[in-house]
Amino acid sequence: MIPSAFEYASPNSLSEAIDLLAGRGEEAKVIAGGQSLIPLMKLRLASPSLLVDISRIPGLNRIEEAGDLLRIGALTRIAEVEASILVRERYPAIHDASEVIGDPLVRNLGTIGGNVSHGDPNNDMPAVMLALGAEFVAVGPKGERTVKAQDFFLDTFTIALNHDEILTEIHVPRARPRSGGCYLKLEQKVADFATAGVAVQVRLAKRGEIEDIGVGLTAVGPTAIKARKAEDWLRGRMPMDGAAVQEVARLAAEESNPSTDLRGTSTYKKQVVARLASRALRRACEKAGGAG
Amino acid sequence: MPVRLAGRTPISVTVNGIKREAEVEPRLLLVHFIRDELGLTGTHVGCDTSNCSACAVLMDGKVVKACTVLAVQADGREILTVEGLAKDDRLHPVQEAFLNKHGLQCGFCTPGMLMSAYALLQGNRRPTEDEIRKGISGNICRCTGYAQIVESVQQAARSKQW
Repeated sequence: MIPSAFEYASPNSLSEAIDLLAGRGEEAKVIAGGQSLIPLMKLRLASPSLLVDISRIPGLNRIEEAGDLLRIGALTRIAEVEASILVRERYPAIHDASEVIGDPLVRNLGTIGGNVSHGDPNNDMPAVMLALGAEFVAVGPKGERTVKAQDFFLDTFTIALNHDEILTEIHVPRARPRSGGCYLKLEQKVADFATAGVAVQVRLAKRGEIEDIGVGLTAVGPTAIKARKAEDWLRGRMPMDGAAVQEVARLAAEESNPSTDLRGTSTYKKQVVARLASRALRRACEKAGGAG
Repeated sequence: MPVRLAGRTPISVTVNGIKREAEVEPRLLLVHFIRDELGLTGTHVGCDTSNCSACAVLMDGKVVKACTVLAVQADGREILTVEGLAKDDRLHPVQEAFLNKHGLQCGFCTPGMLMSAYALLQGNRRPTEDEIRKGISGNICRCTGYAQIVESVQQAARSKQW
């Protein structure tokens, strides 16, 4: 399978890349790792007339804590996220997702920025970023702006960036004491999309009740879903109380809107969400040091 | 590479240690560049849908699916294909181990399997069985059931011939 013909540019700076995108309108597409876009182009589900390859632009693949933030450059490969000790030790939900995206070969090329900005509800990082309360930094002709994860995913393959804006960095609130996270995904086989996935990030108060919580869902709606009812219900409660675990499972399932397909019926997927949500909550609390 | 929007794009790719220069259409996939332009047909096209990794090659030391990379993306990079594993008449220890342990039946997935095994062992010379299974989890084999492939990788890991 061969993509439709297109023009290709590989600029060395963001400003060149933005000029190229701005000059071509909706027909131009950004490519970085290409692990989602190239398959779509081979199937001719996407036929951009210009590809702007941003992968050679320097300085966009760092992972570092600075001030109140964890900053991850958009061009950081998933394999680099997976190998980061900082991420594994302090941002376990991101680490969990980095281990289950695609397969090892996909992770060697695919970027965290692409996983987020492709806007596919089946991708794993969007739910994690919703749970973590991340923000996305984008650069366009008018300069830089920041979009909250909860305002970013508008519809399937539709995100809050204009065609001439490029995602450059992901900002995650710096890990605080007594916080922890987890991402769980059920997949039928390696590199398949999730049947469902659930991300949970918690911060516990000194006495053990949940002070702050984020819950994100993968592959059970037109976009990744922020499970606000489950979050609101859990805030202030003792997490490991059996009733709390059951209720968060029920609410997360209620907020999911999965469609029936080869991976299962809608009813089944809601049950998967419920089970993953209670497990992910338990593990996130364990990571936060509030087990039992 | 400077910004250039023309139809055919010059690329320079080092394949198995030899610098190859060509002018290619941007839509040319790396696997077709390797097979059709360079004549290195050891890299197989299996599913052609980014699932099976029969087309796996190393790009700058990382194993990738050559059917999911554009040849222009490989400009300036180093590619290692299965033909680059053996030295002169001597098979690479990974190839030797697949031969000894019968890590293949039909052999179609084998070039990709060898490249993933090679990449895994380059980064980790003492992998556990679980690490081996994860390392080759992107490569599909429809014959062996994987048991003998895992044994092959284990034998390659023990080889002193690297």
